[in-house]
Amino acid sequence: MMDPLLDIENLWVRFPTRQGVFDAVRGVSFTLGRERLGIVGESGSGKSMTGRAILRLIRPPGRVEAEHIKLDGVDLLQKSEKEMRDVRGERISMVMQDPKFSLNPVMTIGDQIIEAYRLHNNASKSEARSKALEMLGAVSIRDPERVMRAYPHEMSGGMGQRIMIAMMLIPNPQILIADEPTSALDVSVQRQVLDIMDRLVKERGMGLIFISHDLNLVADFCDRVLIMYAGRIVEVCDADKLHDAQHPYTRGLLNSLPRLDTPRDRLDVLERDPAWSDASSVSGRI
Amino acid sequence: MSMLNIEGLNVWFGRDRDRVDAVKGASFDVGTGESFGLVGESGSGKSTILRAITGLAPTWSGRITVDGRAVEKARPRAFYKQVQMVFQDPYASLHPRHSVDAVLAETLKLHGFTDIDARVAKLLDDVGLGQKFRFRYPHQLSGGQRQRVAIARALAPEPQLLLLDEPTSALDVSVQAEILNLLADLRQGHGLTFLMVSHDLSVVGHMCDRLAVMKDGEIVEVMDVAALRAMKATHPYSQHLLQASV
Repeated sequence: MMDPLLDIENLWVRFPTRQGVFDAVRGVSFTLGRERLGIVGESGSGKSMTGRAILRLIRPPGRVEAEHIKLDGVDLLQKSEKEMRDVRGERISMVMQDPKFSLNPVMTIGDQIIEAYRLHNNASKSEARSKALEMLGAVSIRDPERVMRAYPHEMSGGMGQRIMIAMMLIPNPQILIADEPTSALDVSVQRQVLDIMDRLVKERGMGLIFISHDLNLVADFCDRVLIMYAGRIVEVCDADKLHDAQHPYTRGLLNSLPRLDTPRDRLDVLERDPAWSDASSVSGRI
Repeated sequence: MSMLNIEGLNVWFGRDRDRVDAVKGASFDVGTGESFGLVGESGSGKSTILRAITGLAPTWSGRITVDGRAVEKARPRAFYKQVQMVFQDPYASLHPRHSVDAVLAETLKLHGFTDIDARVAKLLDDVGLGQKFRFRYPHQLSGGQRQRVAIARALAPEPQLLLLDEPTSALDVSVQAEILNLLADLRQGHGLTFLMVSHDLSVVGHMCDRLAVMKDGEIVEVMDVAALRAMKATHPYSQHLLQASV
């Protein structure tokens, strides 16, 4: 077994509120190798917070606490804010959920990608421009010349997300944290975007943390899956065995999906058991 | 009897070198009480058809007929009593500083109802929210609860045709199941006709009777759900879409 790229032990994310401290993530431990690790759960389960905590993107008064968050053996929690800036983007890159809030609304797409490229590479403007066109092509955008001139509001959600993915591929990071990167895309485009990410993991030996609420997608695409509920990991399993998952929460999620092959009049609605959130977190270490 | 008929609909945006033909010669027919799905990849023009019907995309040509009456460029208020729309993102479609009560009461007032108080209460019950949510603001609601408010607002004028633009794609699967069940109940209870846009074939398969597959602004195939379930698409693009989603 190779050393893991990322090693997280007992991670907590806490927010003080008027009603006392709210724990968004509660004692989560896992490792990430050169693999595709899926984190699934509903909104509010703490999966996005886990992704952000790794990059220390939780703003005060929110707090990140952990035994360690080790990237290649170096604890990120010991780094200064200035040192963290070299980690973000260069070594660990993140695609956020919503392209509408991640792209600058008053800058053309082309200018934004060129800026991102020149920030990480010492390149001339025309070189950056041809690279930007190439990147847009890599995420299957038709007519990249027109897209370069366009503003974010002129793009559909799916195109916006592909532009975000094109931008984060530029610095060639070791770890990619993708927070619902394809939830705004439809199936045929989703496949293409996943193939791009897949290629990166395989060819460049990247580690991928794939945060999603789509169980079928994760089962299909990832190697290993952590299932989160109320800030804890309730189950860890190999992605291809997700459909045989044992935990009642995972089963409930799977049963609430409509299926083409088995039509039903009504869909099952998840019944929640308070015991699920009280049980201690399952370790995702290997 | 057809509730909605679309003949040779074209919708475009921009002009000259930036002109985009979002919908090209789309024609289909939705019967009264039917649930019709539009599927296709992003940018294929499926949401644009809905926006053209409601008047949110003003540059269109062709014929739109709702319940036997042709739709003009300027839509009378009676049109919006008949046709309502539910949007994709419940976070963006509700006014952040208006309470649920204000949102529903305003809609009712605009449509000329007088018994507003009783109607707001009934709408909330209809969408399964209940009275305790009446004076909450959108930030005090979860995504599923917001989408219920958006559905209640669309139901307020007692429409016959509901246009659903990806009503559950911003929601968790467990919440999606609740909203889809709610929509199915409402359709039965109120005798509604649905025109539903989704990129999720299994959702369309669950909700709709027939569907149209769109690609690059054109409808490439109209089929019924039995054919979808049996994976019997005739057009190569629909076959590709089916394979990608299984």
